[in-house]
Amino acid sequence: MKQRVTGGLIAGYVVLVVLATVYIYPFVIAIVDSFKTDAEATQDPMGLIPQTFTFAAYERLFFDTALPLWAANSVFITVVVTVFRVFFDSLAAYALSRLRFRGRSAIFALFIAVLAVPSVVLLIPRFLVIKELGLFDTYGGMIIPLLADAAGIFIMKQFFDSIPASIEEAARIDGAGVFRTFWSVTLPMATPALITLTILSFQGSWNEFAHFVVSRQSPELNTLTTGVGALVSGQLGSGNQFPLKLAAAVLMTIPVAVVFFIFQRRIMSTTEGAEKG
Amino acid sequence: MTTTSNAPAPRTRRRGGRGPAGNRGEAVAGWLFTLPALLIIGVFLIAPIALALWVSFTDWNGRNSPLFNDRVDVVGLDNYAAITTEDSLLRELFGRSIRNNVYYVLLVVPLQTALALFLAVQVNRRLLRAKGFFRTAFYFPSVTSSIAITGVFLFLFSATGVVNRILAFFSVQGPNWFADPRGLVHIALGAVGVGGAPAGWDAPGFLGVSAWQWIAGPSVAQSVLIMLAIFTTSGTFMLLFLAGLQNIGAEVGEAAVMDGAGPVRTFFSVTLPMLKPTLFTVLTLGLIGTWQVFDQVYLTRGTPAAPTLTSPAYLAYNQAFEGNEPGIAAAIAFILFLIIIAMTLIQRFALADRDPSGFGRDRRNRRAVDGGRGDGGMAQGAARVQAGPQSGTGGGLT
Repeated sequence: MKQRVTGGLIAGYVVLVVLATVYIYPFVIAIVDSFKTDAEATQDPMGLIPQTFTFAAYERLFFDTALPLWAANSVFITVVVTVFRVFFDSLAAYALSRLRFRGRSAIFALFIAVLAVPSVVLLIPRFLVIKELGLFDTYGGMIIPLLADAAGIFIMKQFFDSIPASIEEAARIDGAGVFRTFWSVTLPMATPALITLTILSFQGSWNEFAHFVVSRQSPELNTLTTGVGALVSGQLGSGNQFPLKLAAAVLMTIPVAVVFFIFQRRIMSTTEGAEKG
Repeated sequence: MTTTSNAPAPRTRRRGGRGPAGNRGEAVAGWLFTLPALLIIGVFLIAPIALALWVSFTDWNGRNSPLFNDRVDVVGLDNYAAITTEDSLLRELFGRSIRNNVYYVLLVVPLQTALALFLAVQVNRRLLRAKGFFRTAFYFPSVTSSIAITGVFLFLFSATGVVNRILAFFSVQGPNWFADPRGLVHIALGAVGVGGAPAGWDAPGFLGVSAWQWIAGPSVAQSVLIMLAIFTTSGTFMLLFLAGLQNIGAEVGEAAVMDGAGPVRTFFSVTLPMLKPTLFTVLTLGLIGTWQVFDQVYLTRGTPAAPTLTSPAYLAYNQAFEGNEPGIAAAIAFILFLIIIAMTLIQRFALADRDPSGFGRDRRNRRAVDGGRGDGGMAQGAARVQAGPQSGTGGGLT
């Protein structure tokens, strides 16, 4: 009996190790090959140690492409979207969770309905409205539509629902207004959910691609996703240029990877963001 | 819900009703607090649907405004007809995009769900060491951008790339992946001697696509995108399953094992039924996500096998931006919306309990597994999926 259990465990490990290798290998090989010469990356893509270790791909990215500009746009858009989305989502969620007003249930029903609208289906319709409002090819058109999302409101509302309302009573009795109570009493208590929402918003806006394809056309408004997208799909320059493309992929992954490893436990918490602690 | 008010009003007043009572200040605050989100969602989510619906019924060519424009005529269902009933190249393009996407959904959804469940069960084992490492390894692809990961896959699956070298090691000659438009079913049929379309199978069929083309199967190139999708989403769904498994707890399985059931049987007859709510979430999110594949198709639009990779979402983009046919694009978007709604409803019906006697028990299980957070699980899952490389999953509380 004991032997059978051990045998099963070893077999389980073997399966897991093989699978983990398959999952990790593409990233390792992408990093390694980004330091190879074009010729070596094509002739010997599998070598785990570059024969000629070179930063050429990175140098070209920084000096011969607009990558620094794309990165600046990505950072700017991501920061603005994340800050406002977290704020607007929390505000709306607080109202839906705590405040009583005529129309509350209608608004809530609307948000639920909106949650079911698939976002890619909205690409073209949204493009039409952005164009109609004169926001096409502006930061406004790229940013404003992303500033609130129903899923985020849901996550925050759930968390607010789990905080006892009695906590706010003292503040209210002291005469604090609704916003003060929200801002300095309830919101700080929702830190775990705020962190979850911040990470998801950061990741979502950093990785956003389709919306930036339909909301702009000038090269100056390229983000890392659209810029590197053009690079990867071979629209810039000729030849394979694998190290260049891989280096771009590596660079744009670094910020999300850093956030992921810092907040790993929270991101992968299986108790969901709505759980306290 | 006990209290909330600016003034310390007598509590009894609001204990009673659950209705929209509250004082004036609270009402004003309620609307002010929800206003930013309402405006953004109203202007960039609800208004677009209305405007696109209008545009889909007009012959607007994309110039000037579609509203209050004398040159724009209402053409009724012409745009919808152009892609469904009229014999045209456009209809064939649409038909092919539907065929491509059907194969994509048919393969990605079951495979990613099965793999995610398998991974969840494996990393949930109590005796397993380095759990954190394995979870990280499987989840990491889910946080990367679709652009970066597609770029890496274009490299891995190039003609003399890493994958083909590994295959060569096993004496298998790999195909030129992204340049290969042959359907897998066609290849298989060719291997048993059916080299071409049987008599009559070549005629234009449903949506202008011949029966021979309908049964082609996913192309070799598309199979790479299928693997890519499974690779990037299995981690996210693994986490959802893991949450479900941990809510069930180990005791249930142990009890079954005590009763003499083997591990496989325990899994299929005890664990899996209890995971049904999670399974429902994962399948719903999977269906919605795969029907909206766009990023990967956009990035591979220049490859030789691109016609076998198109999706309706990409075709809509293509018609609006390269074809100057916003009416057609809007019509495609609405048909896609209908397909997604229909799919989620069918799936919901298929997974529904049809055994009235087991209803009560199942309800209890559902609560246990979901922890009463069903909607939240879906929202959380949607937010997670949306943040990762499989973009375009709006959610799905349908």
